[in-house]
Amino acid sequence: MHDVTAPTAGDLLVILRHSPHGSSWLREGLDAALVGAAFGQRVHLLFMGEGVTALVEGQQAGALGQKGTAPTLEMLEMYDIETLWVEAQALARFGLSPADLMLDPVPLSADALARAVATHPLVLTF
Amino acid sequence: MRYGILLLGAPYSDQASHSALRFARALLARGHRLEAVFFYHDGVYNAARLAAPPQDEPHLVDGWATLHAEHGVALQVCIAAALRRGLLDEREAARHGKAGHSVEAPFELTGVGQLIDLGQRCDRLVTFGP
Repeated sequence: MHDVTAPTAGDLLVILRHSPHGSSWLREGLDAALVGAAFGQRVHLLFMGEGVTALVEGQQAGALGQKGTAPTLEMLEMYDIETLWVEAQALARFGLSPADLMLDPVPLSADALARAVATHPLVLTF
Repeated sequence: MRYGILLLGAPYSDQASHSALRFARALLARGHRLEAVFFYHDGVYNAARLAAPPQDEPHLVDGWATLHAEHGVALQVCIAAALRRGLLDEREAARHGKAGHSVEAPFELTGVGQLIDLGQRCDRLVTFGP
């Protein structure tokens, strides 16, 4: 079991606050995370608010001709981005449980979330 | 201190660009250094050289260019975010067979790697977004 009270420190924390499909926020945020990892940074991802819906299983590209973000999320491990956090309060708000999500993210309480932000020298919020 | 700015908001649509420009001027006035402004997401529209706002409104594109001319602030635009939004410099316009270009110096098209580098080099990277 992960210890949610002591988030691991990293070099770069990317916070994703937007759902997929409705805007390019999620895609462009993920791009920044991938580039950070390619530059040798230890990158951690935090899905907050609507951003938690990005991890819901079984997503397709949708009808708008966009690429979708699920394939990008599946590539994270190849970039050594293995620490994925989700805001526990947001999961509850959307009626989701960790079992509904891909990639086995770790839920963080509000306190743990604040500590996660504090332990990263660089935080990018999308 | 050494600062960097990440700007994610489109000019005139959101407060973000106005606030970022005023913040940039304020920190330079206090003797801090501003290494670069990185334009990403809809922030790339700040680099549109054809922007023609009414004369009684702040001219954001000129405002950024002035920061570069007077303080050497680099104006870095994410190339991937810019190209899909129709923002191309002369070289990219030629490469994609477009009749005109919409980005010019002192704005430079560059990769997100420059944003990561900026975050590492600066004491503070401050994000402005809608």
